[in-house]
Amino acid sequence: MLSGLANGLRGIGRRVVDGVWRMGVATRFFLLTLFHSGQSFRRFQLIIREIFTAGVLSLIIILVSGLFVGMVLGLQGYETLQTYGSEEALGILVALSLVRELGPVVAALLFASRAGSAITAEIGLMKATEQIAAMEMMAVDPIARVVAPRFWGAVISMPFLAALFSAMGILGGYLVGVILIGVDEGSFWSQMQAAVDFKEDILNGVIKSVVFGIAVTVIALFEGYDAPPTAEGVSRATTRTVVTSSLAILGLDFILTAFMFRGV
Amino acid sequence: MQRATIDLWVGIFVVAGFAAILFLALKVGNMGGFDSTATYVVKASFDNIGGLKVRAPVKSAGVVVGRVSDISFDGAAYEASVSLSLDARYKFPKDTSAAIMTSGLLGEQYIALEAGGDEKMLAQGDGITLTQGAVVLENLIGQFLYSKSESDAKAADGSQ
Repeated sequence: MLSGLANGLRGIGRRVVDGVWRMGVATRFFLLTLFHSGQSFRRFQLIIREIFTAGVLSLIIILVSGLFVGMVLGLQGYETLQTYGSEEALGILVALSLVRELGPVVAALLFASRAGSAITAEIGLMKATEQIAAMEMMAVDPIARVVAPRFWGAVISMPFLAALFSAMGILGGYLVGVILIGVDEGSFWSQMQAAVDFKEDILNGVIKSVVFGIAVTVIALFEGYDAPPTAEGVSRATTRTVVTSSLAILGLDFILTAFMFRGV
Repeated sequence: MQRATIDLWVGIFVVAGFAAILFLALKVGNMGGFDSTATYVVKASFDNIGGLKVRAPVKSAGVVVGRVSDISFDGAAYEASVSLSLDARYKFPKDTSAAIMTSGLLGEQYIALEAGGDEKMLAQGDGITLTQGAVVLENLIGQFLYSKSESDAKAADGSQ
């Protein structure tokens, strides 16, 4: 009984120490990546290829989900707003919730599961098949050659994906609200334009998506780089990437929202 | 430099991303609307601004002619000091009066400008002296109850 308790305590302690340790290594890894980025900017073709795999290949899922999220917002928002007789405010509701929150957050969550997991699996497998060790043998820095281009490719893609998500969502809200249900088109757009501020809402949304992009990519790269070089290790690392980055996105979103929209 | 299909796709992606941001800025937000035109700032002091917020509209005859650009508390006069940035296309006489109104019963608050008859026009940095603060619903109810109880008391006195 007592030894079981001691074992449990030891387990907790080991996990905490391990977590702090990994946090430190991840930070060093992030700084190392930034430090080695200059090289990958000189070979921009590498970054272009990563924008393709992270950004362009995520387009379909981002666009389709954006459209559907916007359409659901249009339906649900209309249901609620019409009980107060203010269905003209549907444009405000759809635009503000997408631009401020749903666009950056949902796009980042999708990005984490679509592109983040792919990055982790790819790097983890590279490590398992000793490609990274081979690069080191040839005096090619794997951080500069493999990690930094993926980092910048994903970080550059993220704000574009979030903006496309929001734009598609607003179009979806317009489709359902104006064309299907028949909310007045003029007031839909004009009330939206009166309420959405470029600096307060749109720019802050873009900043959010950049922060989420950095967080997701660093987590994905680090989990891949840190994965045990076995099939099981890579699969676990991929799962951890999705779980950790989703939690990081939601936590960071709360912090950023608290800073950005504290009400005038 | 060699051109690959990947470059084309990335180009399309980046262009689409910028187009989305532009769409958000122009069609969804208010960039390119009123904000880009030239404005001049006038100040007005109110005894009570109620729920007035920065960026609330300034209307004259119901047409939006500007926005509230800043709200601060004047510690010397114990009044709210409100800066209005007005569209430079519209000129108002010096004795224009400003009142805080509510659109609808529970709608957002805005500032209504009522033009006066002065020959001189308001310019950058001028102040509006004739102001009327927001109507506070609680005070209104309080006054109503007070006057009602007073008239009730009078009626009771008369019947005796």
